[in-house]
Amino acid sequence: MSVVILAILMFAVTYPSRALPMLAPGIERLPRPALDYLRLVGPAVLAAIGAVNVIAVKPGGAVGFHIGIEVVAVLACLGLTIWRRNLLVGLVAAVALVALWRAAGLG
Amino acid sequence: MTEPGSVSLAASRRRLVVDVVGIAASAVAFGFVFGLAADGAGFSPLEAAAMSVIVFAGAAQFAAVGYILGGLAWPAIVLLTALLNARHLLYSAALAPWLREVPLFRRAVMAHLLTDEAFALSIAHFTRIGRTDERGYWIAAIGGDFIPWTLATMAGAVAGRQIPSPERFGLDIVFPAAMVGLAAGLLAGRREVVAAIVGAILGVAVALAVSPSVGIIAGGLLGPIAGLLTPRRPADAASALGTPESAARYSMPGSSEPRGPGNAAADR
Repeated sequence: MSVVILAILMFAVTYPSRALPMLAPGIERLPRPALDYLRLVGPAVLAAIGAVNVIAVKPGGAVGFHIGIEVVAVLACLGLTIWRRNLLVGLVAAVALVALWRAAGLG
Repeated sequence: MTEPGSVSLAASRRRLVVDVVGIAASAVAFGFVFGLAADGAGFSPLEAAAMSVIVFAGAAQFAAVGYILGGLAWPAIVLLTALLNARHLLYSAALAPWLREVPLFRRAVMAHLLTDEAFALSIAHFTRIGRTDERGYWIAAIGGDFIPWTLATMAGAVAGRQIPSPERFGLDIVFPAAMVGLAAGLLAGRREVVAAIVGAILGVAVALAVSPSVGIIAGGLLGPIAGLLTPRRPADAASALGTPESAARYSMPGSSEPRGPGNAAADR
């Protein structure tokens, strides 16, 4: 139930940015620096989440510096996604890399 | 290159349906993965599906799972969601001139279904035919995204309960890899690249010094400042989010030929 309440709160802050320009054209005219900042939040927050999850959290969940196959897999995913313009290809490669590494008893 | 308005409605709809099938396949895969991740964070299948219906914003949903796992407080999750989804403002503004004649209530529903993919598919379709096609928008948003994403979310959350140790199959890497891959789709120029790199570095440093959740906030809020301090190349402006050119970044391989020149909406 708590997840549904959180989802409603997330909807409440998402819907205005989707709807305001469509329903009240002109209202989206934020100052240029604000728009520029908002454009950059997406890449920054997503990269931070990805990096924190593979470098600052160890495979068991403990917090600590960790460079392992997970970092290689994420970088492989990034490279393939940019090259092939297809995130799915990158994800499949990342999963396969980690699964094979662990199946070989290396991680 | 396809000139704006040079394609017939029927031909453009056929092209739209082909693109929708590709996007839907992708939505099924990611919805399933989101379901797995949501199950890992303790969501029930119904809660996971409810989040997909109510929020209907893939990156923010994936991020919310990460925030919850990292122990982030709700106000911070809501704030980061607002910032992450603020890009929809640009999509909505780009589509607004095309949808001016659509009745208000239907526009209000259309707004909830506006995603990266729905924007990409519909603006490309409108640009090809040189006018609005409301049915095309519904096909793109509902057929390409909403239905496959929601159903696959539930399927993933149910399946997640049947897999005893997902890390054995490398499934624990899906979440961080998806985050970084989604970030790649938003890299429109030098500033975005700098924001992402600085966000990642700061995120890790603060996570190690304080906690992972604070690290994510620090990276997400301070990375963009580093990006703003970076000089923009003139060429970067052409592919900024909210332009038809930026829509091509979400197209499936094989369907990503250049879209109509400039912002055709502004030409009308």
